[in-house]
Amino acid sequence: MLNIKNLHVTVDDKEILKGLDLTVNAGEVHAIMGPNGSGKSTLANVLAGREGYTITKGSIDYEGKDLSGMAPEVRAREGIFLAFQYPVEIPGVNNIYMLKAAVNAKREYIGEPPLDAVEFLNLVKEKVKLVKLKEELLNRSVNEGFSGGEKKRNEIFQMAVLEPRLAILDETDSGLDIDALKIVAEGVNSLRNRDRAIILVTHYQRLLNYIVPDQVHVLFDGRIIKSGHRELALKLEEKGYDWVKSEAAA
Amino acid sequence: MSDTAVNHYVSELHRLQKEMGCDNLARLREAAIGRFQSQGFPSTRQENWKYTDVRPLTRMPFSLPETGMVADHEAWLNEARLPGLDCHELVFVNGRFSAELSRTDGLPEYVVLKNLAVALEEDRTLIESLIGEDNADSNPFNTLNTAFILDGVLLSVPTDCIIDIPVHLIYLSGFSDEGFAAHPRNIIALEANASVTVIENYVGADNSRYFTNTVTDAFLQENSSLTHYKLQQEGRGSYHIGNFNILQAASSRVYSHSISLGGSLVRNDIHAELKAEGAEIALQGLYMGTGKQHIDNHTRIDHLSPSTQSRENYRGVLNDQARGVFNGKVVVHKDAQKTDAAQSNANLLLSDFAEVDTKPELEIYADDVKCSHGTTVGQLDQDMLFYLRSRAIDEETARSILTYAFAEEIITQIDLQPVREYLEYRVIGRLPDADLIKEFTV
Ligand SMILES: Nc1ncnc2c1ncn2[C@@H]1O[C@H](COP(=O)(O)OP(=O)(O)O)[C@@H](O)[C@H]1O
Ligand SMILES: [Mg+2]
Repeated sequence: MLNIKNLHVTVDDKEILKGLDLTVNAGEVHAIMGPNGSGKSTLANVLAGREGYTITKGSIDYEGKDLSGMAPEVRAREGIFLAFQYPVEIPGVNNIYMLKAAVNAKREYIGEPPLDAVEFLNLVKEKVKLVKLKEELLNRSVNEGFSGGEKKRNEIFQMAVLEPRLAILDETDSGLDIDALKIVAEGVNSLRNRDRAIILVTHYQRLLNYIVPDQVHVLFDGRIIKSGHRELALKLEEKGYDWVKSEAAA
Repeated sequence: MSDTAVNHYVSELHRLQKEMGCDNLARLREAAIGRFQSQGFPSTRQENWKYTDVRPLTRMPFSLPETGMVADHEAWLNEARLPGLDCHELVFVNGRFSAELSRTDGLPEYVVLKNLAVALEEDRTLIESLIGEDNADSNPFNTLNTAFILDGVLLSVPTDCIIDIPVHLIYLSGFSDEGFAAHPRNIIALEANASVTVIENYVGADNSRYFTNTVTDAFLQENSSLTHYKLQQEGRGSYHIGNFNILQAASSRVYSHSISLGGSLVRNDIHAELKAEGAEIALQGLYMGTGKQHIDNHTRIDHLSPSTQSRENYRGVLNDQARGVFNGKVVVHKDAQKTDAAQSNANLLLSDFAEVDTKPELEIYADDVKCSHGTTVGQLDQDMLFYLRSRAIDEETARSILTYAFAEEIITQIDLQPVREYLEYRVIGRLPDADLIKEFTV
C-alpha cells in the first residue's frame, strides 16, 4: 500500500529526513518510535501533504500513485488520514459540518452520491460511541474548548467516520490518562481490518500494550535504523535508544 | 487644491436655494456652506484623513439628483428588504423619499416618523434645535450635508415609549441618474426611557458613479436605548461618506453595528459623546474589501462623565488590492472617573497586495479608569488551513470557510435574527464556494 524509498526531506533548507525507507501493506499496523526531534511528525506531515516540506530525493508510492505534488485534500480523498499530534482549534467552524463536508467530498471523489443529513447523522451516532465522545462536543467549533484527551478522541472519531485506507496517528497517545488511552486503543482496534493500514507514531511503548503492532521501527535522525516486532518496543522501553544507536553506528 | 470642487458645491447650493424658494432652512444652509468653504475638502496632510485621499471624489462634479425620478427599483427593493423582518420601512430613491414605497402604519401614538422634507415643514423648530450649528472643527462632509439638508428621516420617540418593531431606512441609489450626490440627514431623538431599533440600509447599482454623503444624529435622553445597524452595500463605483453623531444622557445605551461591504471609496465616522453618568455604548463593525475598494472606519468616543462604558470590536477582511483603515479614538476626560473602555480591531489580509492601517488612540485625563485596546493584522492560519484540507476539503473552500469564520464573530453579535441571517447570506455570497460554506455557520 505504502512504499517509501530513500526519502530525503528538508524544512527551511534543513534536512530532517535523511534516506528513510518504509513499506506498509494493507491490513498491517506499524509502530514508529524514536526520541523527540527524530523526524516522526515530519514523516506524518509529509505523508499528509503539508506545505513547507521539500522532498529532495527518494519517492513515496501510495497504491501505485506518486504522492509528491498531490494536494492534501486529494490525498485525503484517496484515503489518507492524519490524526494530528496537536489538533488545531478552529473557532467559528462547526465540527460536525466540517466532517460532513469531508465525508461528502470523499464520496464525490469516488463517484458516490452525498449523504443527506439523516444518513450522516446516523453514521455519526454509530461512530461517536466508539470513542465515547460526548455528543454535545460535536456541535461546537472544531476542537474549541476541548480538553487534550477530547481532542485526541475527536481525531479518532473523525477517522472512524472517514474510514481511511491509510491512517497515520501522530502521538495520539501522548497526554492521555490510562482510561482515555484504553478508549482510543479500542477505537483504533475496532478499525483494524484487512484493507486498512495504520501507522502509529509514538514514543511510549505503553500504547502498544493495547494496540499490538505487526512491526515496530525505530526512527532516529531522519532514518529508520532498526525494525522488528513487538518485543523491540519492550526492549526500547527497558533499555532506551542508545543501544540501537550504537548498533546502527557499528 | 480642490477649490474647483468646493466652488462647484457652492453654486449647486445656490441653485438649490433658488429652487426651494425661501424655505425655512435657507439660513441654516447658507451658514453651513460658508463654513464648508472655509474648511474645504480634507487632505491627507490632516491627521484624521492621513490614509484616505478624497481627491477622486472631488474630481467629479456631483449634482443634486433630479426630483421625481422613478426607476425600476422593485428588484432592488427586494435586495434590500430583510426576509422575515416585520418593520416600518422608509424608502429613498436617489436621495429622495418615496411615499408610495414606504409604510409606517401602526406606530404608537406620539411617535414621529416621517421623511425630513415633510418634517422641515411641520417640525422646523424641533429640527433646528437638534441640528444647531456644527462646530467649526467638525468633519467637512458633515457640514456639507447640513448645507444640502433637504431630505432624510426624523424619528422622535416620546418618554417611556418602546418601539418593538424596527425602523428600516432603505436608500436605493444609482439607477439611471448618473453623477448625483445625495445628502440624507437622519435625526433620531429618544426621550427618557424610550427604545428603538433603526436599520440604515444603503444599496446601490454597481454600474453608476454617485456620491452618498449621509449624516445621522442621535440624541438619547436618560435611560433610553438605541440599537443601530448600518448596512453599507453601495454600488462598486460609488463614494460613500457617513457621519453618525451620538449624544448620550445618563444611563442611555447605544448598540451600533456597522457593516461595510460596498462602495469604491468609503469613510464611516462615528462620534459618540457619553455626557452623563452610566451611559454605555457598544460598537461592532465589519468591513470587507475586494478589488480596489478603500474602506475607512473612524470612531471617536468621548467619555465625559463618571462610570461610562464603551466597547468596540471591529474586524476587517481585505482581499485583492483593497485597503482598509481603522482608527479608534477613545478620550477619557478629566471628570470621567471609573470609565471602562475596551477596544479591539482585527484584520485579515487575503492577498499580498491588500493593505490595512490600524490605529487605536487612547487619550486619558482621568486617573481611575480601566482602558484596553488591541489590534491585529494577519493572514489565514496555515495550521487551520492544512487541518481542513487534510479532511478532504478543497483549498479554496477551506479559505472561504476560515474567512467566513473570522467575519462571523461580528455577525453573531447581532441579536435581531433577520438582520443576522441577511448578513450571513450577504457575506457568504461574497466568498467563493458560497453554497458549500453556508452549512458551516456554528
Ligand atoms: N516547521 C519546522 N521548521 C523548522 N524545523 C522544524 C520544523 N518542523 C520540525 N522541525 C525540526 O525537525 C526536526 C524533527 O521534528 P519532528 O518531525 O517534529 O520530530 P518528532 O515528531 O520525532 O519529535 C526537529 O529538529 C525540529 O526542530
Ligand atoms: Mg512529533
